Amino acid sequence: MKRRGRWHKILALGLAAVLSVGMLVGCGSKSGSSSSSSGKGYRTLDEIKKSGTIRIGVFSDKSPFGYVDDDGNYAGYDVYFAERLGKDLGVKIKYVSTEAASRVEYLQTGKVDIILANFTVTDERAKQVDFAEPYMHVGLGVVSHDDRVITDMSQIKDDDQVIVISGTTAETYLTKNYPNIKQQKFDTYAAAKSAFENGTGVAWANDNTEVIAFAKANKGYTVGIDALGDPDTIAPAVTKGNSTLLKWINEEIENLGKENFFHKDYEATLTSTYGADYEDTLVIEGGKSSK
Amino acid sequence: MRDLGIDILFKGVNFQRLLEGLWVSMRISLISVAISIVLGLLIGALMTLKNPVIKVITRIYLEIVRIMPQLVLLFIVFFGTTRVLGINIDAEYASIIVFSFWGTAEMGDLVRSALISIPRHQYESAAALGMNQRQTFTKIILPQTLRRLIPNSINLITRMIKTTSLVMMIGVVEVLKVGQQIIEANRTTDPNGAFVVYGAVFILYFIACWPISMLARYLEKRWN
Repeated sequence: MKRRGRWHKILALGLAAVLSVGMLVGCGSKSGSSSSSSGKGYRTLDEIKKSGTIRIGVFSDKSPFGYVDDDGNYAGYDVYFAERLGKDLGVKIKYVSTEAASRVEYLQTGKVDIILANFTVTDERAKQVDFAEPYMHVGLGVVSHDDRVITDMSQIKDDDQVIVISGTTAETYLTKNYPNIKQQKFDTYAAAKSAFENGTGVAWANDNTEVIAFAKANKGYTVGIDALGDPDTIAPAVTKGNSTLLKWINEEIENLGKENFFHKDYEATLTSTYGADYEDTLVIEGGKSSK
Repeated sequence: MRDLGIDILFKGVNFQRLLEGLWVSMRISLISVAISIVLGLLIGALMTLKNPVIKVITRIYLEIVRIMPQLVLLFIVFFGTTRVLGINIDAEYASIIVFSFWGTAEMGDLVRSALISIPRHQYESAAALGMNQRQTFTKIILPQTLRRLIPNSINLITRMIKTTSLVMMIGVVEVLKVGQQIIEANRTTDPNGAFVVYGAVFILYFIACWPISMLARYLEKRWN
């Protein structure tokens, strides 16, 4: 036993040495490579301009808002706007592929300068990041069969069922505001879709972008209500306290409104999915909501 | 055979992007595996020591790795270090650190169990033959340990390769993320694209993991 122990002790010493060297090399070599220069957790407008590159967090798999096309380039409604920001700022853009769950974190750690990832403005998020002026509406919509179009929630009778997907804002909204309406809940989009197509429920409540896209892609359905309740807005977000960048983005959005930029953006990126009819429902021009 | 929908894979530079994604996955996992094997052998040997302090420390380390989901570790290393220490670690380096941290612990535990499974009489017989402790370790104990290690460590290695799909959460675009991007970009024109693309991703993972299984089989045969 004793002899084995000694051999192991030599190994242990070696291990300690390797580990400590590894830690030093691992942390030392990468530290501070691209972090903010002044230690405040974000880069000001001047620092971004000076560096020549702006880092923008976008979705890379949420067509048609932020996605990567077949040629490997970022595209979509959010990206169209991001491209313009980069151009007007005179810097190159480095896109960072973000997930819904990590968007706030990216800003708080200053790993991106702006998030343009279909970011819905909520009170809770506004405590963690700074939102600029909005550039898009998002609300709830209700799609129904052509032979009985629901244009008002009061048309839904007591024994009618409305389809919702569990965990969506539509479910929360209906439960809170229309507790008497019977909900038929499904876990996935695909299940809800096939149930609705097979005649379950008189209507299907979901994000308005989703129901509009559904009605456009499938014959025999009409979106009777395209904005249920108070619509939320989508806006660019920057790290809390980054006032110079925030101010610049707000001015930019206001200026872009003069040339109807976001309508052009819609026509270039969203018309094929949602059709021209919903342009004014979805787009916010110049940061000023028309509703 | 007319239209299986596989053309989605060859639209634009899609196939090249999938291969690049696979390369990212492999790069992260294989570097981590290499680090894990070296450090795991050492940690494993350390774990067999009777020293109570080392026992407690390695035990805590192993339990942390077992309890913490890899995703949480990724977030801690990628975002946490920036938030707390102000260090900005590149996402790919953060992934390698987390995967090595995880792999070393599990590898260490495998090495430990392999080491203690070597019967006592092997040491005693070696000593009786007049071998010194260095010879005993390198000629008797280590070969048997390695042989016992192979099946379980292959399991661990392939698990590490597959778990790289988590790194998309910190912005590393690897093969599965590329797959999702391709599916989404073609959602309207090719609604069945998901099946083809995930099929392709499956084959790519298989191509990556299969040679490792073959190597393991070869080594096991050869060393028996």
